Amino acid sequence: MAVAAAHAAGVRAETAYNEDIVRLFTVATIFWGIVGFLVGVYIAFQLAYPVLNLGLEWTTFGRLRPIHTSAVIFAFGGNALLATSLYVVQRTCRTSLFGGPALASFLFWGYQLFIVLAALGYLLGVTQSKEYAEPEWYVDLWLTLVWVVYLVIFFGTLLRRKEPHIYVANWFYLAFIITIAVLHIFNNLAVPVSWTGTKSYSLFAGVQDALVQWWYGHNAVGFFLTAGFLGMMYYFVPKQAERPIYSYRLSIVHFWALIFLYIWAGPHHLHYTALPDWAQVLGMTFSVMLWMPSWGGMINGLMTLSGAWDKLRWDPVLRFLVVSVAFYGMSTFEGPLMSVRQVNALSHYTDWTVGHVHSGALGWVAFVTFGALYYLVPRLWKAERLYSIRLVEWHFWIATLGVVLYITSMWVSGIMQGLMWRSYDSLGFLQYSFVETVAAMHPFYVIRAFGGVLFLIGALIMAYNLWRTMRREIREEELLPSQAGALRVAPAE
Amino acid sequence: MANKVERDEVTGVETTGHEWDGIKELNNPLPRWWVLVFYATIAFSVVWWILYPSWPTLTGYWGGILGSNQRLDLDRRMAEARAAQAQWLEKIATLDTEAVAADPELLSFAMRGGEVAFKENCAACHGLGGAGQFNYPSLADDDWLWGGTLADIEQTIRHGIRFYDDPDTRDSQMPAFGDILEREQVEDVVQYVLSLSGRAEDGEAAARGSEVFAEQCAACHGDDGRGMKELGAPNLTDGIWLYGGEPQDIRAQILKPRHGVMPAWQTRLEDEVIKMVTIYVHNLGGGE
Repeated sequence: MAVAAAHAAGVRAETAYNEDIVRLFTVATIFWGIVGFLVGVYIAFQLAYPVLNLGLEWTTFGRLRPIHTSAVIFAFGGNALLATSLYVVQRTCRTSLFGGPALASFLFWGYQLFIVLAALGYLLGVTQSKEYAEPEWYVDLWLTLVWVVYLVIFFGTLLRRKEPHIYVANWFYLAFIITIAVLHIFNNLAVPVSWTGTKSYSLFAGVQDALVQWWYGHNAVGFFLTAGFLGMMYYFVPKQAERPIYSYRLSIVHFWALIFLYIWAGPHHLHYTALPDWAQVLGMTFSVMLWMPSWGGMINGLMTLSGAWDKLRWDPVLRFLVVSVAFYGMSTFEGPLMSVRQVNALSHYTDWTVGHVHSGALGWVAFVTFGALYYLVPRLWKAERLYSIRLVEWHFWIATLGVVLYITSMWVSGIMQGLMWRSYDSLGFLQYSFVETVAAMHPFYVIRAFGGVLFLIGALIMAYNLWRTMRREIREEELLPSQAGALRVAPAE
Repeated sequence: MANKVERDEVTGVETTGHEWDGIKELNNPLPRWWVLVFYATIAFSVVWWILYPSWPTLTGYWGGILGSNQRLDLDRRMAEARAAQAQWLEKIATLDTEAVAADPELLSFAMRGGEVAFKENCAACHGLGGAGQFNYPSLADDDWLWGGTLADIEQTIRHGIRFYDDPDTRDSQMPAFGDILEREQVEDVVQYVLSLSGRAEDGEAAARGSEVFAEQCAACHGDDGRGMKELGAPNLTDGIWLYGGEPQDIRAQILKPRHGVMPAWQTRLEDEVIKMVTIYVHNLGGGE
């Protein structure tokens, strides 16, 4: 350990990392996270109490929902991936960012402009009505430029690394950046009606359009929310646990298996539609085969704790990271299960899907990001340690309770909804009308919204804690003996 | 970097010799159960490909040995569902609603079928159970705008109200009396209409209003204000108000009346379904 520390100190002395840009992306992650969670809570209450649509076109569920999804996926998740990838690639390549501070600044402000342009469009009703790809052509073009700059910075940094090998976290980040570029460009191929108008028409029509959209949509989950965040996991779990990665071989095999299989799984979003049977079956089977490649990441994350499990008792940051990996494992088992056509016949179009997505989004994506933020902020702002360890504990338990309330209520609601839709009476009529299923879901919508409130409260506690940490303050609090020493962050450079 | 292989003290496993920013990797093999389950999912997929339509070919696609086809499955199951109901539906198709309602077995079938169709198509405006809501009439009371017999209800459902795509739609327009009457006359009529349900605030005004009413309103709403179903002119004496019964609501309706629209359902619902919905609505409480 002492040797490693001296080695690391030597590294620091010879390389000036661009941490300004990582700090900016970190602040943006926290800000957009709060925005995204807040809108999510509001639209959850809209579903329970439609009067909250306020009778205004700008505040209807239909316009606020893409603001929520884009804010949490692209603004919160995207900034988190940008922050961590730019931090990790510099440290694991022992070199500063390719392109220098100017290009990095363009990446930051360009990406924030994309978020604001997209959100303004949603509010004003400018949308191409593709889920998770709602922005119109002018925003898409801008994002393409910004994303290519991201690729250039990341790839350029990898090329001038001072390490013989590329660390596994960077494989995942690179796969995420390249694949998202390909998905974004092809799904958004469209012809603008005019250069001065916002409207465009997709190059694809009918079931081809649906297939391209869900090839994009599922791989946005696969490469944005899975591969990218696995990159995050592969750096922050071993760092926080101070243990080596469990298996190098597993990381190689599950990386390539995941990358190869994920790209085919999209058609499972179109079971029992106009999509031909054979394409549905292929989409389903590739999703089933994806189970173990996904779990490879979980195994490598969890088994990295061998010899360090005791730390979970007192390190709430590590607890965030480990519980995120557990939720990842749960969602990536549930996903292949739901892709099986006979299961999908019950689950599709129900709240079960919503619950599944949120067990991944809240439990995996947000939790691993929270862990990474708690790791990064004291180091980036050169604080002695986090302002308060106790507040991290509070955040962890409040957020966990929120996630559990959210996903269990949606499971119950979704399976009930699916069963109500398919039940017949003795005369052969549908037992329940649609509006009766909606009425039956109301209590679960209330529970879900309450779960969302808890999750938001947790994030606000985190924002407060990180803000005080950035001011290098330390809260007077009683800590366990092991916490006091081990959670101290050696002041960086 | 000349990294060298070490042995991890905790697990006794060797590292790979790589190190990045202090992170090392153990050289553990792939977990055996992981490999086996991965193979099992591949085997499952291969079996599935053989059984079901799967890989595309140059000329089409492999259809699978089970002969599964979603569209044909759907057609078959829809046909089975229709066959199971045919014994009742075929009779309903040939009989009129009076005759269907007179047959206890058909009546109970039609009540259930009508309820299902009503909840999917009608409840959004008329409410569950036909309870109605502001601007949409209740179908569960005995106050009918266009008549409450089976034939009246069926006519309304088939052709709609003020739905001009259908030539036989029910139609009437109340004039905007804001353009016809003096403002004082309107106030008098408001008081008179209130008096019909015993709520006049100003007896003299109501008396003046009765003359205006007889001249301008009675042609449709009747001399006694009890309405006229042929024209969809509502009864003004029963305390049931479609657009509100407060003085300002009545005034607004006189000055610039609102007119409800209901779609013609004959182009959307099957003939038997319309008959069943008719019987269901007739039985909600107010059928004549």
